[in-house]
Amino acid sequence: MASFLSRREILKRAAAAGVTSAVPAQSLAQVLPDRARDQFENLSSTEAEILEAVVSRLIPTDNNGPGALEAGAANYIDKGLANALSQSRDMYSIGLDALDQYAQEANSQRFVDLDPAEQDTLLENIEQNRVSGFDPDSATFFNLMLRHTIEGTFSDPAYGGNQDFIGWEMIGYPGLRLGVTVEQQQMDYVPEMTRVSAHDMAMFDVTISEVEANDD
Amino acid sequence: MTTRLPSTDVVLIGLGGAGGIAVLPLTEAGVEVVALEAGRWMTPRDFAPDELRNNYRGWPHSVQKANREVPVHRANEQSPESPRDNLHPMMNAVGGTTLHYYARSYRLHPWDFGVVSETTRCYGDSRIPTGSTVEDWPLTYADLEPFYDTVEYELGVGGFAGNINGNIDSRGNIFEGPRARDYPMPPLRSTKFTEMMSDAARRLGYNPFPSPAAINSQAHNNRPACQYHGFCNRGGCHIEAKNSTAITTIPKAQATGNLQIVTEAHVTDIQVDSEGRASAVEYLRDGELFLQPAKVILLAGYTYENSRLLLLSSSDAYPSGLSNNHGQVGRHYMTHAQRGGVLGLFPHRLNRWYGLPAQGSGIDEWADDNFDHSDNDFIGGAHFWVSQDSRPILAARMNTFGRAPRWGSQWKEFVMENADRWVGAHLQKTTLPYEDNYLDLHPTVKDPLGFPVCRITAEYKENEKKLAAFTQEKMEQWFLEAGAIDTFRMPLGPMGPSTHAYGGTRMGNDPNTNVVNRWGFSHEVPNLGVLGASVMGTSGARNPTLTVQALAWRTAQYLVDNWRSVSS
Repeated sequence: MASFLSRREILKRAAAAGVTSAVPAQSLAQVLPDRARDQFENLSSTEAEILEAVVSRLIPTDNNGPGALEAGAANYIDKGLANALSQSRDMYSIGLDALDQYAQEANSQRFVDLDPAEQDTLLENIEQNRVSGFDPDSATFFNLMLRHTIEGTFSDPAYGGNQDFIGWEMIGYPGLRLGVTVEQQQMDYVPEMTRVSAHDMAMFDVTISEVEANDD
Repeated sequence: MTTRLPSTDVVLIGLGGAGGIAVLPLTEAGVEVVALEAGRWMTPRDFAPDELRNNYRGWPHSVQKANREVPVHRANEQSPESPRDNLHPMMNAVGGTTLHYYARSYRLHPWDFGVVSETTRCYGDSRIPTGSTVEDWPLTYADLEPFYDTVEYELGVGGFAGNINGNIDSRGNIFEGPRARDYPMPPLRSTKFTEMMSDAARRLGYNPFPSPAAINSQAHNNRPACQYHGFCNRGGCHIEAKNSTAITTIPKAQATGNLQIVTEAHVTDIQVDSEGRASAVEYLRDGELFLQPAKVILLAGYTYENSRLLLLSSSDAYPSGLSNNHGQVGRHYMTHAQRGGVLGLFPHRLNRWYGLPAQGSGIDEWADDNFDHSDNDFIGGAHFWVSQDSRPILAARMNTFGRAPRWGSQWKEFVMENADRWVGAHLQKTTLPYEDNYLDLHPTVKDPLGFPVCRITAEYKENEKKLAAFTQEKMEQWFLEAGAIDTFRMPLGPMGPSTHAYGGTRMGNDPNTNVVNRWGFSHEVPNLGVLGASVMGTSGARNPTLTVQALAWRTAQYLVDNWRSVSS
């Protein structure tokens, strides 16, 4: 093994990377929500405004009820950029700016000022990878936003999204139940919706790893 | 710089699904074991029902070692590398991935132990796919049966027996090999959804059965029955109804007084003495290096780490890696072709929100050699499985079956109607080893310590592709019989990091083609044993863990019975 690394080098790198100690875990209260939608901690107000306009088109507020905006999907992304989604920070900075520039070039207006049909046309072109200026490309950025918007709409509300359980209500998820009866598992039964976050259950240590897979 | 510790009988690397089994027969026989585990203990308080954390952010994990060593995949030596996953499929903790696995605890089919001889006998040797390195196992199903039985009872596995000493019971899997006795517990409960699928299977002439599972279907060993809360999929059990080694065999081994567990031990090297025998294990803990000498060394990491650690542990006696003077470490790699399932869309709610991946309905009619392959152009098959297991993010990320766009109001309307009307069926398919599917050390990508990560060079071949297409069509028929209005075949995808990864230290009688002998000890290093799916020479068509555990017990029992000859 000496051909790979000296022992001295292993120790040096272990200290530098912090790999020998346990993962520091923080309480959710430290890294997670303040659930008010108008408070963004990591995105600039311009970025937040554009992102909220985007999530409003991905899962719109419409005749079928509230969407990703009300669920706080943009807040979920904003909170996450400080920890688990931190490796996506640059993609959002570059991508949201490029998106707004594209709106200026294509429609001579800011993205947030376009009407929904115009916004959808631009987003479709971004989704289809037809627009330059993104990191690494527009389709990748679109897919990232879509994935995070879905996570932010349908994850446990402790992460800043799914506010008022809007996402779970949207798809008929009846909520957390630690004990499930035979009847509640049957196809023709509609369990009453519980409205509780896993992180409000006293029996769990609600910690979240600061060190996600993308930390290195 | 390195602290040399007092010698012990056995040093075990990895206290997970395999190592956590082996410690019990060893310590009960009076063998002293030092178990080095990269992770820490986890407790019920760590296992909140949180889909985002479990399924998308790589929890539960007590330390992030595995996630920093994610293997890099490429299809073949000419192809570019696949995008690297962020998360390792397995986790580090005492108990390892048995803390959060599905706990579907199948025995392999007798055919899986003799693929070459059985295929040759039934169809001729020309039916062994070109380029495959498959061999018969050096043991039969009957040889392993007593160890399957022991592990099922030690862990607590529930299920319906399909074959007790040749007596067939159609409540269980009628194709399974004969077992000596029934399971210690009945299976998990059925639901109207699983019964709907089972009824459809019977109309097609199949014999559906529930999965055996290492999960309490009733109170067992002073721990409660499963409560079906819906977060078992990559989630630990907060009521300890999932029978991981961390709450079954490991505490029992601790009670003997012969097991010392060192957590947060990051193993860096397996060392040898002047005679080429394994002598000590070096590990890093809290910024310090330690050397643990032992008479016998058992390597029980996951498949990727077993090959990697051997390849990293080079020495004068083993210049290309420990136990690799025959060039076999990393060879005969397989995964399970777990992708390549089938989705079904139904015209009504299914209410699959509560349940678990081990609660469902399966069939074996198209697995292994359970059907006549005379007119097929492949060997092997797949176990089919549909389960009572869904959660909100998973449901919202559903495939839209070409009926709606990926976003917008039409998407929202579609998902609001259909989030609870679709099912993904698992088809676990026979995968064979091939000459050019292998593991080695990556030439440039390294972990934070500077050690190369594992590189996977592997792709599915014609046999796997043909049997995937064949079994997907059969699965579509099952869905349609059950009332599905649409189906969708998922692609096989790349053969990258998998929770069902096999090979790299294959078990066999011939040292020219296998790393370990029929008992799990190295052909080259007689006091080095290897535990895990890395020793398996065929994948079978079902979840590997119970077989891994039966083999681990068997290797440990062999060591106990032959202590003098192996240890000196």
